[in-house]
Amino acid sequence: MMNTKINTQNNSELMPVISLKGVNKWYGDFKALSNINLEIKLKEKIVICGPSGSGKSTLIRCLNRLEAHQEGTIHVSGIELHERMKDIDVVRQDIGMVFQSFNLFPHLTVLENCMSGPNWVRGIDKNEAKARAVAMLEQVKIPEQADKYPEQLSGGQQQRVAIARSLCMQPKVMLFDEPTSALDPEMVSEVLDTMIELAKSGMTMICVTHEMGFARQVADRIVFMADGEIVEESSPEEFFNNPQHERTKVFLDQILE
Amino acid sequence: MFVDTVIEDKALHKPVFLIGLSLTVLAIFFALNFTNTIFGEFLRPVIGAPTESGFFGRFAVSLVLTIIFVGNLFAISFFKLKVQVAIVWVELFLLFLAFAYSFDLKMSFIQSRIPLMISRGLFTTIYISAISILIATVIAIIGAIAKLSNNGFAYAISSFYTSLFRGLPLLLQLFLIYKGLPQLGFMVDAVPAAITALSLCYGAYMTEIFRAGIQSIPKGQWEASRALGFKFSLIMRKIILPQAIPIIVPPTGNQFIAMLKDSSLASVLGVWELMYLARTLGQRDFRHMEMLLTAAMIYWVLTIVLEIIQARIEEKYKQKS
Repeated sequence: MMNTKINTQNNSELMPVISLKGVNKWYGDFKALSNINLEIKLKEKIVICGPSGSGKSTLIRCLNRLEAHQEGTIHVSGIELHERMKDIDVVRQDIGMVFQSFNLFPHLTVLENCMSGPNWVRGIDKNEAKARAVAMLEQVKIPEQADKYPEQLSGGQQQRVAIARSLCMQPKVMLFDEPTSALDPEMVSEVLDTMIELAKSGMTMICVTHEMGFARQVADRIVFMADGEIVEESSPEEFFNNPQHERTKVFLDQILE
Repeated sequence: MFVDTVIEDKALHKPVFLIGLSLTVLAIFFALNFTNTIFGEFLRPVIGAPTESGFFGRFAVSLVLTIIFVGNLFAISFFKLKVQVAIVWVELFLLFLAFAYSFDLKMSFIQSRIPLMISRGLFTTIYISAISILIATVIAIIGAIAKLSNNGFAYAISSFYTSLFRGLPLLLQLFLIYKGLPQLGFMVDAVPAAITALSLCYGAYMTEIFRAGIQSIPKGQWEASRALGFKFSLIMRKIILPQAIPIIVPPTGNQFIAMLKDSSLASVLGVWELMYLARTLGQRDFRHMEMLLTAAMIYWVLTIVLEIIQARIEEKYKQKS
C-alpha cells in the first residue's frame, strides 16, 4: 500500500519530505539550535549524533513540533510548521515518533496501545485496527505479548511495542529520539534489529543515536551536531574514515575507543 | 509502606519499658482519681466506702486499673497482628458503648424516634450529600482543566473560585447564599442553598485534588499522544484522566466523607436532616444524649460504608494497572 502511494507521487519523491531553512531556537538566553539547514528526502535514513547538549534531541522534536522553533522555516510534506497552524494533528499523524522513555500508555494493553492511533484519530474501525496492530506486532516480533500491559514487558519489548504503535499509523517518516539509551545493554540489539528491518523496508528514518554500528550500517547520511549547530554532514564512509572537523574527530575518538 | 526485614524486640517485652509505662500509667490514673466512679464501687470490699477511703483507696484503685491496663497490653502483644487489631477494636468499641450507657439512656425513646430519623433525616442527609458530590465532581473536572489551561480567563476564574471558596468557612458560605441571594431577588429554599454551598466549597477543594492528579501524569504521556496526532480532549479522556483517576480516588474519598458530615451544617438553615432532627427531637423531653448518640452512630455507619466503597474502588484500579 505504501509503495503504490509513493509511485503515484513520483514528483514528490524528488522533493524533500522534510526541509529546514535557517532554523534558530532559544531556551531563554541559551541558543539551542543555530542556523540549521537540512533536507531529508523520502526513503532517506539520517542519523543525527553529537555530544550531549548539542541540540540533537531538540532538533528532532522540532520536526513534529513537540518543540517550537523561533526563526527560520520547517516544512514537512510541504506544510510549514508554525505556531498558528491549524492542521498540526494531521501532520503529526504522518510522522511516527519513538522516545527514549518508550512512553507507552500504561493503562492500555499492548494491543490497545497499537490500536489507539488508527482507531481514535484515523477513523479506522476496531477490527481493522486490531488486524493492523497484530500485523505490526508480528513485524516487531512480539505478537505473543499483545494482551499484556506495558509494565509486564522488558525495556526492549516495550520499545518495540512503541515502534509498532507508531507504525500502525502508517507514517511517512519515523523519528527516533535516542531509542536505545534507556535500555539495558543486552536489549539494545533487539531494538536496533527492528530498526534495521524497518530501514530495509524503505521507511524514511531520522534517528538520534549513539549507536555508531547502526549508523554505519543503515545511514545514508550522518549529521554531526555540536553546540546547536550542524558541524558536519556526510556519508558514513566519509564520516568515520575521513572526518573533516576537529570536533568530529574528538567525538569519534571518545565514542569509538 | 516499606516494612524492614529486621525484627526489633517488642518494646512491651523490655522490662525497662514495661516498668516505665506502668509507673506513668499509674501516675495518670492517680491524678485523674477514679475513686468515686464505678471502679471504686468494685473495690468496696477492699477499700471500704470509696468516699472515705482517702489516699489508700485512691492508690488501690489506680493500681488495679494500671494492672488491668498494662496487663491487657502485655497479653495482646503475644498475638498476631490481625488478632491484635481485632482485639483492640473490640475493646475500644466496648469502651465507647460503656461511655454511651453511662448516660442512663432510655432505649424506648430512641426506638420511637428512630423511624423518623432514618426516613426523614438520613434520607435528606444522603440526598443532599449525593447531589452535592455529583455537582462538586463536575466542577472539579472543569476547574482543574481550566487551572491547567493557557486561557487567561479560564485560569483567572478558576483560581479566583478556588481561592474564595477555600478561603471562607463553609457555614459562612451557607449563610451568604441562603440570606444573600434572596436580597438580590433570587429566592432559594434551604435545601438548594445547602446543596449549592456544599458543591461550591467541595468543588473548590476537589479542583485542587484533580489538578494535582492530572499534573502527576508524566509529560511523556502528553508527548506520545501529541506525536500520534491526538487532540486535547481525546488525550484528556483516553490517556490522562484514566491514569489520573487512581491517584485522585483516595483523596476524593476523604472529601466525600468530610462532605457527608459537613452536610450537618444545613441544620442551621432548618433543613430536616440528621443533625437537625438529632437536636430537635430530644429537646422537648430533655433527651438530648439519646438523639445525639443515635445520630452519631448513623453518621459513623455511613462513613464506614463510604470507606468500604472507597477501598473497593481503589482495589479495582490497582488490579487494572
